[in-house]
Parts: sequence; C-alpha cells; structure tokens
Amino acid sequence: MTISIRSIEKKFGRYPALNKVDLEIADGELLALLGPSGSGKTTLLRTIAGLEFPDAGQVLFDGEDVTFASAAARRVGFVFQQYALFKHMTVAKNIAFGLDVRKGKDKPDKAEIARRVEALLKLVELEGLGKRYPSQLSGGQRQRVALSRALAVQPSVLLLDEPFGALDATVRKSLRKELRRVHDATGVTTIFVTHDQEEALELADRVAILNKGQIEQVGTPDQVHEEPETAFVCGFVGEANCFDGRVGDGRFSAGALQLPASGLRDGSATAYVRPHDFVLDDAGFEVRVDRAHVQGALTTVNATTLDGRPLEISASRAEAARFAGTVRISARKAHVYAA
Amino acid sequence: MGVTLTILSLIVLIPLTAVALKAAHQSPEAFWAAAFNDRSLAAYRLTFGAAFVAAAVNGVFGVLTAWALVRYEFPGKTIVNALVDLPFALPTAVAGIALATLYAPKGWVGQFLTPLGIKAAYNPIGVVIALTFIGLPFVVRTIEPVLRDAAEDVEEAAASLGADRLQTIARVVLPALAPAWLTGFAMAFARGVGEYGSVIFIAGNMPYKSEIAPLLIIIQLEQFEYERAATIAVVMLAVSFTMLLVINAIQAWSRRFD
Amino acid sequence: MRAVGTHRRATDDPAWTKAVIIGVVMLFLALVLVLPLVAVFVEALRKGVGAALAAISNPDALAAVKLTLLTALIAVPFNAVFGLCAAWAIAKHDFPGKAFLITLIDLPFSVSPVVAGLIYVLVFGLQGWFGEWLLDHDLKIIFAVPGIVLATIFVTFPFVARELIPLMQEQGTSEEEAAVSMGAGGLTTFWRVTAPNVRWGLLYGVLLCNARAMGEFGAVSVVSGHIRGLTNTMPLHVEILYNEYDFVGAFAVAALLCLLAVVTLVLKTALEVAQPGVRGRGGH
Repeated sequence: MTISIRSIEKKFGRYPALNKVDLEIADGELLALLGPSGSGKTTLLRTIAGLEFPDAGQVLFDGEDVTFASAAARRVGFVFQQYALFKHMTVAKNIAFGLDVRKGKDKPDKAEIARRVEALLKLVELEGLGKRYPSQLSGGQRQRVALSRALAVQPSVLLLDEPFGALDATVRKSLRKELRRVHDATGVTTIFVTHDQEEALELADRVAILNKGQIEQVGTPDQVHEEPETAFVCGFVGEANCFDGRVGDGRFSAGALQLPASGLRDGSATAYVRPHDFVLDDAGFEVRVDRAHVQGALTTVNATTLDGRPLEISASRAEAARFAGTVRISARKAHVYAA
Repeated sequence: MGVTLTILSLIVLIPLTAVALKAAHQSPEAFWAAAFNDRSLAAYRLTFGAAFVAAAVNGVFGVLTAWALVRYEFPGKTIVNALVDLPFALPTAVAGIALATLYAPKGWVGQFLTPLGIKAAYNPIGVVIALTFIGLPFVVRTIEPVLRDAAEDVEEAAASLGADRLQTIARVVLPALAPAWLTGFAMAFARGVGEYGSVIFIAGNMPYKSEIAPLLIIIQLEQFEYERAATIAVVMLAVSFTMLLVINAIQAWSRRFD
Repeated sequence: MRAVGTHRRATDDPAWTKAVIIGVVMLFLALVLVLPLVAVFVEALRKGVGAALAAISNPDALAAVKLTLLTALIAVPFNAVFGLCAAWAIAKHDFPGKAFLITLIDLPFSVSPVVAGLIYVLVFGLQGWFGEWLLDHDLKIIFAVPGIVLATIFVTFPFVARELIPLMQEQGTSEEEAAVSMGAGGLTTFWRVTAPNVRWGLLYGVLLCNARAMGEFGAVSVVSGHIRGLTNTMPLHVEILYNEYDFVGAFAVAALLCLLAVVTLVLKTALEVAQPGVRGRGGH
C-alpha cells in the first residue's frame, strides 16, 4: 500500500511537533524515520497509525483520505517501543487478539486462528512458546511476540516505534536482520522510527531524516550519507568534521583549510568533511598529529590544524605509520552549506 | 528492632492471645454452642452478607470513581478526590447517626423509599448502606494507583489491532485491573465485617434480623459472658486472618504477570 | 476503511460515556458521602445556632472534648515514634521474620474494633489476667482513661508505619551508608538523614492517625464504661445524646467531629498537592 503524507501539522500545546511534513511511501517499501529525540518522528508514525490526529494536512492510504479514521479502522500493525503486550494473556492469545476481536463473518473460526498463530510463531522463530506469559519471556522474545501480534491482522502497513530501543546490542543486531527477513517474506509496507543512524542505514530501503518537526531529506542510505542536502543531515548521518568559515569568490576557507564552494553566496558558511575523506597530500595544509589509535582495520587519527582546530581523520591500517609529527593533508570531498 | 517487637507483642500479640485462651477456657460443646447458635448464625449471615453486598456495590462504583479520577478532567475533581477519603476521616458514629437520620422512614432519603415499599433504616438494607459508606475508599484507593501506572500503550495496541472501545475495556483494561479490584474488594469486605460504629445506629439491632456479630460481642460482654464474647471474637478473627491471607495470595498471584 | 472523522484518540472514551460515568459517580458520591455530611450540620442547627452552641458548651460535652484531645495527644505521638522505629527497622534492615512483623503491624486494620476493645477487657478487666492484681494496687485500666488510650493506640497502630515503610524502602540505604562512611553514628544517621527524608510521609501518617484516634468508636466503647464527664469521648457522647433523643445535642457534637474530618481532608489534599510523593499507599 502506498502512503501519502500531505502538509501535516501537529502542535502539542504551543510546541510544534510536526511542521508541514510531506512524505510519499511506496508500496512494499521499508522506510526509516530517523532523527534526534524531539524531532517529531514518533508523532509522525503515530499520526499514520491513527493514534494521533493532525491539526492540519492529510494522510492518504492508497489515495484514500484516512486522516481522521480511527486506529481500529485503519488496519495498521503497530509495534510499540515497550511492546505493550497484554500481560495477563498468553503469547498465543496476544497474537490471536486482533483476529479474536473481529465480529461476524470477518472473524476466522477457532481452527483458522490457531493455524495463523502457529504460522506466525514459526515466522518469528518462537515455536512452542505459545502457552507462556509475556513475563516469562526475554526482551528479544517479547519484541518478536509484539511483531507477530501486529502481523496477525495482515496489516496493510507495519509501523514500528523504536523497535530495538529497549534491547541490548547483540540482540538488537540479530533482530534487525530478523525484521528485514520478515519484511521480505511478507512484502508489507513498513515504516520504523529510530534515533540510531546505523540501524536506519543498515536496514531501510529509504531513510527520512527529521529535525525540529520537519523533514530534512529523504533518500537511500547511500544518498543521505554521501550527498547530504542540509548541514543537519551531514552532521547527523555519519561522522563529520565541522568547520566554521567564510565563502568568497566560490571558495570556502577556514584558516588553512580551503575548499571549492561553487554556487554559494559569499558570507559565513559551514563545511563538513568525513574523517575518511581526509587524505595525505603534499599539496595540502599542515596538521599536527596528536594521537593515532588502531580500531580494527582502520586507524583513527586525532590532529590539530596550525590555527588550533581539532579534527579527526580515518586512515587505513597500512597508512597509519605515516601519521606522525606534522603531516600535510587535504579533503578529497566536502560538503559546504551557507550559514 | 527489639523495642519494635516488644511493643508489638505488648499491644497486639498478647491481648490477641488472651481472646483465644478465654475462648478455649470452656468445653468444646460450650464453644460450639456459643459460636454457632441460631442467633449468632443469623448475625454472621447478616454481617458477612451485608459486607459482601456493600463491597460489591463499591466494586462497581469504586471502579467508575477511580476511572473518572484518573482518566477524566472535570470541574470539582480536586474536591471529589478529597471527598473519597471522607469515610477514613469521619468518625464512624457520626456517619452512623447521619445515615440513620437520612434513611429513616421520614428522613430526607427514606421518605422517597417508603412509598416504594422499601424500608432502608432499621433493616438489613441499612447495614448495607452503612458498610457501603465505610468501604468506598478502600476500593477506589486500591484501584487508582494501578490505573494511574497502567501504560496507555496497551489500549492503543488493542485499538490498532481493530478492537473497539468496549472490547478494549472488557478484554484488556479490566483484566489488568482485576488483582487490584479483588484486593480492594477484599479490604472493603474485611473492614465491613468488623464495622460497628456506623452500623448500630441504622441497623435497628433486632435479634435474628438486623443484629450484627460485633454487636453480639458487646451484648455478651454487658452480660459478663466473657467466654461467649471471646468465642464470637475468635470466629471473627478467623475470618479476618483468612481475608488477610486471601489479599496476600491475590497480590502474590498478580505479581506473576509483571 | 472509510474516512469517518472521529477525532477521538484510541485511549479516549466517547463524550457520552464520559458524561454518563461522571454523572453516575457524582450522584453516587453525593448520595453516599455528601448528604450525610450536610445532614449533620442541618440537624445540629435545627433549633438555631444558640441551641447547638449550648449543647457543645455543656460541661459533659466539654469533658468529652477534653478526653478526646488527651487520648489523641498520647496515642498519636506514641504511634508516630513507634511507626518511625518500626519502619526504619523493616525498610533499612534484613532479618528473619520480617514478613511476619509486617503482618503483625497490619493486624489492627483487619481486626474488628469491638474485638480490639474486648481483648483489653480480657487482659485488664476485673475477670481478666491482671484484674485482681490491678484491684489490689488500686489501679483502674478498664472503664477508665488508660483503657481508652490503650484501645485507641491499638486501632491506630499501623497508620504511621504503613505510610513510612514503602517510602523508606524506595529511598534505599545509600544515603545512610554515605553518612555512616563519613563517621556518623547510628542515631545521628537516623535523625539527620533518615527522618528528614520521610518527614512529609510522617506528617501524612500522623494526620490519618489523628483522625482515627479522635473518631474511634467501637474499641473505645467497649472499654470505656460510658461514665459521663469521666470516660466519655466525643464519639461516645454523640451516642449517648442520640440514644436519649437529644438530637440537636448529638448532631452539634457530631458537627464538631465533622469539622475535624473536613480539616483533615483539606490538610491531606494540600499535602498531596505540595508533596505528590506522599499520596496514600494502600488501605487503612
């Protein structure tokens, strides 16, 4: 199912949570809503689910206006941050809930419900745990129950709010793969909220980056990382060295650092350089190496420019030995934004 | 530590033992006769029956009150909230004479009940009314914190799974409240069983009809029948202890799901 | 799926449900709680303010007020100190039989007040364990003030401890450990660290304890002997006047007790608003 978000606005009191947000989500897509806390990403997700209603704008499902349809009417699967499992029900009852509350001829018979519950338990690799209560499961297992409960109603869209936020690092990694696998197996349009850029870039087909209630950029993980459209995206996605300087005659300068900045108006500007985009270059500018430490295949070098600006360089292990004393470097790629 | 236990023993434990010893200070036949004669049986029936009905009434209105206090905003909410504790703060004798006056055949409320053929005061109904007054805060104040702490996301989960509001309340909200509700019910019941001050004014105190068990103890005492008084006290203590155990069991059971 | 505009969030009830529930609750509370309160004052003033004031200033009534105040003045501080000690022992220490101790402290809440009175009659009464000894030494407990105080202490026993135990447990022992590590002794630690941390909870418990101490009827009724001007507390005086058909007198004294209840509720609400942490922990 395609989802269209059109000029959505939402205020909590006087605090604007969403400010004219537009977003198109394609059928079968896996989209991440990425942003810092307070950026409005959860509010946007809840608006799509019908758990919040916008002050202005529209939500369309397959072209149909559902802006003010109740959550119950939308057939969305929602996975809550704290799972929100029904703790007095067994795992099987939890998963069956969405089918159980249907009325009349929409309601599958008992055998059919049991069959679907079994199939879902199998899908999320929880076979044999149907009779347990949520309190008897680990965090990762609860997350899987929440996921299969949401999938049980065969939702037209699956929404997940910080689905891995409450889990420890190893469980988080394996569940990420699991979600991708489930998404590929069911083909359901999926949107998840996260503040973890690594999670968003690894898992999603496309990433929408939110800041202060507005969407900064929507694109593939590669696009938002390599071609950030705004200073915020550049600073938020991936590591970046940040330099405050000025643009004049199509060139950016901050002390010894000189970068091409064609098409930018003269005036103050900010440049971002990824640590791996600094390379040794005899034609470059001088920096003093403070510390180089090996991290697996890469070496992180902390250095200072002659006018005292700290920066971080990422080099291959082979090059590491050359970073000592004073070296000359240049930026092979940079992003410059007018302030 | 030692001081705590000493004081506890002096004030609570030793006197309670005295009751048990006094009751045991007679033949089993005499004990049985004092504990379970027709008059005392009628008194237990009334005491436990009225306490049960009152706790059930509070079970219904207590949930609604707690729900309104936690979930809704309405004018006068602070006053309503304070008022719920009135039965804790108002001396029972005052409640007793006030309720007796209100529900007497010519009282403010009683005058409307008489034409309907309902005799409230000086009747078992009066006992239920008094015990409802006494028990209300137990139910409200037990449910309220649980309701306040209950995450709203389970209700949202139910809604997003297609449940309508009634289904959400019936299948998700109320079952989660059940342990607190049962605890509140048991506490209101236990308090109702022992209540004396508010009941005797409105009950009419007719033997076999509207005489409660605590009153029976007093009557025996006034006739210097100490063994008989202690016997009835032992029966009531047994019920109190059972209720304590039941409440603890409910809470242990509900922790299973956390 | 139709785009019907409800605007109602998933956790909200429909407006009509809200209205019905609030209406039912208001009606029920008005009938059960407000009406009795109003009735007391109306009945007290039935023959004018003068008659009510006369009933209150009658020597027997004044003696009852005095005895009630005296009883509360002994029972409440006693239970406050005991409650502090007991809560401290239970919340800050581990020892075998802790659960049993908590149950014992709670016990007076689940014992009928009449039984509470009876046990003291059986121990200290003429026929009781210490009856003869007390008679020989010319000491009177039952049908006298000490019995009333004892019975009151019993029924109000758990209020303070119950309020403080969960509060102290929540606060844990790290602050105490810090104090001890800086060289403070046990008693210093208790008075300088533990007690100040729970002062609002203590006040809350004392408030409820006092209301019950002044209003106790059943237990006191058994041990008092109802001697006018001597062993009559206010609630007992209300009963005597009521049974003698002196309704204005009974309700005038009752109105005084109502004022006590209202003041208690106002203070309690103020305390809850100012110190949200102290709000009622469990039943009474």
